[in-house]
Amino acid sequence: MSSPCLSIKNMTMAYGNFIIQRDLDFTINRGDIFVIMGASGCGKSTLLMHLIGLHRPMSGDVFYGEESLWQADYKTRQRLLRQTGVLFQSGALLSSMTLAENVALPLTEHTRLGAQRIRQLVSYKLALVGLAGFEDYYPAELSGGMQKRAGLARAMALDPKILFFDEPSAGLDPVSAKLLDDLIRSLRDHLGATIVIVTHELASIFAIGTYSVFLDMETKTMIASGPPKQLLAESRDPKVLRFLTRGASESSNISAIKRQGHEIL
Amino acid sequence: MAVDNRPSNITLNCKAHLLEVVIVGDWLLDSQIPDLDLVLAQFGDGTQFKQLVFSTESLGRWDSLLMTELIKLITYSEEKGISVDTKTLPSGIQGLLSLVSAVPERAGVRRQSIDVPWLEVVGNSGLRLQSDVNALIVFIGNLTLSVSAFFRGKAHFRWVDLWRNIQDCGPSALPIITLISLLVGLILAFVGSVQLSLFGAQLYIADLVGLGMSREMGGLMTAVIMSGRTGAAYAAQLGTMQVNNEIDALETMGFNPMEFLVLPRVLALIFVMPLLCLYADLMGIIGGALVTVSFFEVSFVEYINRTINAIHMLDLSVGVFKCAVFGVLIALSGCMRGMQCGRSASEVGDATTSAVVTGIVFIVIADSLMTIICNRLGI
Repeated sequence: MSSPCLSIKNMTMAYGNFIIQRDLDFTINRGDIFVIMGASGCGKSTLLMHLIGLHRPMSGDVFYGEESLWQADYKTRQRLLRQTGVLFQSGALLSSMTLAENVALPLTEHTRLGAQRIRQLVSYKLALVGLAGFEDYYPAELSGGMQKRAGLARAMALDPKILFFDEPSAGLDPVSAKLLDDLIRSLRDHLGATIVIVTHELASIFAIGTYSVFLDMETKTMIASGPPKQLLAESRDPKVLRFLTRGASESSNISAIKRQGHEIL
Repeated sequence: MAVDNRPSNITLNCKAHLLEVVIVGDWLLDSQIPDLDLVLAQFGDGTQFKQLVFSTESLGRWDSLLMTELIKLITYSEEKGISVDTKTLPSGIQGLLSLVSAVPERAGVRRQSIDVPWLEVVGNSGLRLQSDVNALIVFIGNLTLSVSAFFRGKAHFRWVDLWRNIQDCGPSALPIITLISLLVGLILAFVGSVQLSLFGAQLYIADLVGLGMSREMGGLMTAVIMSGRTGAAYAAQLGTMQVNNEIDALETMGFNPMEFLVLPRVLALIFVMPLLCLYADLMGIIGGALVTVSFFEVSFVEYINRTINAIHMLDLSVGVFKCAVFGVLIALSGCMRGMQCGRSASEVGDATTSAVVTGIVFIVIADSLMTIICNRLGI
């Protein structure tokens, strides 16, 4: 089960000369629900941009299995990225198209399926995310949570092996966020996909994360990695603990903090 | 590295009341699959069967394609009254099937496409026109209130916005105005020269270009350029603000968007347009001079003298006044379409398009009216 699916080797990310994060080095295994966490502005979303081929790293590389993403030529990169699906923070549905057209877009572009079959696939994907019957709606006519689920249906259109989520529960009420978490987990279980989530939502992190890295803004690198619950139980780094306990570790007694942390859960 | 796909197949085994569906091979999006309708046809009327089970020992790799076929098969069987035993499917497929049926379709959610009779289409477009005109009148009313508030010194907006708008639609527009006006003057001179040189009256090209530019073409071309440049920008700016809820935010902070956003834009354009018009007139006259001096035996000084004699203050004023009116119309259509914009990216595009179209229509209509009036009054 633990074969590497995505490895980040010695990567440094920067905008111009401004370094966001340096020396990132970690591996995402097949079947993981991998959480990238950290405070707002620490470069979580930027890291995601680097993983999905939208932003070139200053140095270092990303490997899909054995294949390098950034050494590869354009065509190879497109082929590697074909096996990924991305759900952006606000869904990023094309507003001039209906949900059905949005989900059908990658299918018509990258497969040779007939119109009838594509329609069936679209209905199936929308039903999977609980939007059966909403084929002919425009994104603007839906609530934020529904837009996000429709974005997920589009991300899954080509049956990707790796699904990326940028802040999936941002802007959702707790119940919807919980439902989305459940959906993500059952998709992982049934599709056998690998999930990479960028989030700072503690409830989600502990509920579904199987492994995680913590990016720190001041030292500009990752300062902890491991299963989230284990980090909470064993980490000695005050920054990580403060994050995982919602700042409760301002008091000095570490064991008290951990107790509080478990109460939150 | 790529594994060859094994051919996929689906067959039916009938055992008394039991219908066994055997699925073999790889079922992937890029693979050839058998036609399910042929299989469904074997069901007959389906009354002799009670239960449907699956046999998937030889099923290879699968993805959404298999799922859609299974869903079709299961729906069909259930319609025939055959109970489907999904327990005989692999656990991944079972899980996905339960996810699909977890949120059943809500009644009345699906949209039926309705054929609208043509009479209704005509009626609807009439109603739309009416509501457009209503919106225009309301907008003009609100704008008038804001302008009167401005003159009473009670309008709330930032002066820095006004200056920035003036900078955007004034000096920044000079290069394009220079180019277009110079060429329009050039064209006028060429067109005129064909006729006038027949009579040896090349010097009168100066009259033609000078009057043509100052009364008509200078203002009109400036207006068309500014409508495409600034009118469209206004619509896009305000439309994007509408999409991002920025206009709502301003309103909750106690600003009147009409005063805060629209007024500085309208004022900037009214202030700048006459100046641009004078500049365009000058450029047009230079364009005409270039042609006349280089192709005919007219000296530059002669041409300028002739022009000064031909153009009266009144001609210039008429042109500048027209251009100020065009400025109001451009700002009006740009800001109105921007404020009316819906809440999606595509609607910003629609607003921009419609701002330019509305602007140019307004300009041409206003120009015709003013030309007729000037003609009747003998100005």
